[in-house]
Amino acid sequence: MTRAGRLRVALVGLLVGLLELACRAGWIDPVAVIPPTRMVAGAWRLLASGQYTKDILLTLSNVAIACVLAVASGFAGGWLLYKLPRLRRAADPLLASYYSVPTFIFYPLFIVLFGLNRWPLVAIGFVFAVVAMMLSTLQGFERVPRVLRRTARAMRLSTTQEMIHVVLPACAPHLFTGVKLAIVYAFIGVIAGEFVLSGAGFGFQVAFAYNSFDNPTMYGLMLLLLGFVGGLNMLLYSWERRMYLRRGGR
Amino acid sequence: MSVDAVAPGAGEASIARAEQTAPHARLRGVTRIYPSTAGGPPVHALGPIDLDLHRGEFFSVVGPSGCGKSTLLDVLGGLAAPQHGSIEFEGRPVQGSVPDGVGIVFQEDASFPWLSVWDNAAFGLRRSGIGEPEVRERVEHALAFMGLGEFVAAYPAQLSGGMRQRLCIARTLVTRPRLLLLDEPFGALDQQTRLLMGDELLKLWRDTGATVLLITHALDEAAMLSDRVGVMSARPGVFLDMVQTGWPRERDSTIVAEETFGRITARLWGTLRGESIKSLATGRRAPVQ
Repeated sequence: MTRAGRLRVALVGLLVGLLELACRAGWIDPVAVIPPTRMVAGAWRLLASGQYTKDILLTLSNVAIACVLAVASGFAGGWLLYKLPRLRRAADPLLASYYSVPTFIFYPLFIVLFGLNRWPLVAIGFVFAVVAMMLSTLQGFERVPRVLRRTARAMRLSTTQEMIHVVLPACAPHLFTGVKLAIVYAFIGVIAGEFVLSGAGFGFQVAFAYNSFDNPTMYGLMLLLLGFVGGLNMLLYSWERRMYLRRGGR
Repeated sequence: MSVDAVAPGAGEASIARAEQTAPHARLRGVTRIYPSTAGGPPVHALGPIDLDLHRGEFFSVVGPSGCGKSTLLDVLGGLAAPQHGSIEFEGRPVQGSVPDGVGIVFQEDASFPWLSVWDNAAFGLRRSGIGEPEVRERVEHALAFMGLGEFVAAYPAQLSGGMRQRLCIARTLVTRPRLLLLDEPFGALDQQTRLLMGDELLKLWRDTGATVLLITHALDEAAMLSDRVGVMSARPGVFLDMVQTGWPRERDSTIVAEETFGRITARLWGTLRGESIKSLATGRRAPVQ
């Protein structure tokens, strides 16, 4: 592990230790926050009981579907914006203000469109994630150095070969950032949607436990979610970092 | 336009012999005009240009900034089409694509950062469907020739600017080009490295027997490396002078100490000075492609 990695672990450990101390010493109301060790125990109990497996799988599958759709559509949209500068100029102000729109207000519309099932939540995750992927794709295509395209032509590559062997690898870091953001935004969209609008799923169970004053379950679920999203994000971060390092970045 | 030798010698004889055969590449009345952008007028960048490149000669082009040197390379290499005129390579017209047998090295770092040195060098060969044993043989030879044999597993980010440029030359070299077009390949390097790279390039030229067209800003580089130097006017670029250096084929950077080298450089500058002033005074932007 690198020095920065060790420092990061130490920092997180210190914060968790402080929270444990604050809870055990009664500096924080134990009804409001339980000690991290009890959170871990609660999370383990939830996993072992299998009581929430269905909800966890429902959420993860919703996120996965939203993500796949957002990545595919965002890539296609970014490419179209790159190829059609007029469309891009027209769409620019809309894209710039996209994330100022509270996406959740569309939930009733999605229910009307898709019915009372998983798809309105998938749609929320999708609309939350798709533009991040689209903008990253656009940026990636725009930043492919012109000399690499000229090199592809000098090597007599076909348009398809140029795309596969030069353009896509050249903009891979931007595409990867887009995928990373799409995963994060899809998680936020789906979980938040479940939290306030759904009758099943990870977010719903957290909200249900909160409303029932069932702190060990609520914190256990929160910890599981944090662990999963944090772990996934760290994995993506380390891949991204390796890619940038190989290309001379920091 | 005058065409004569500054330093008659062994080189002159070889050029004279070469001129008796059909030109390796031929440009006739080549003109390139960039269409207007953002409401501005069209930019007449180049021509009309007439030029014969003889098989196996080392030809350099010098000229003021924005005079169309790189445009000349683009049209000759098939990367851009001229509005008027014709271009032939080995007797066949060059039309809208890079002909087989032409290799191009650009000024900017064109190495692929996601590929190792080995994979960079093998890139073009693998795409052209050549078998892996031959790819291995050619890449090994080219990397060793360019002094990169110990860096096959490294990535471009781990190399210096000069090494990356050598890698780009190696990547072109493995395709065994018969016409090598070099667009200021050493432009970003320091003077010492450029001289040494010049030696490498001369060695490469002798070993491969390729015809070389070098675009350069550096008069000393052109004077040292070339059999013949074309001096271009300010935009629209046309040839004002053709200087035959008369160097022997076996030469290296030590010729910069010779009196003749000074005379060639002085002649190039004598022609170019007025054009550079003209180019500077007009302050016009180079055309954006």
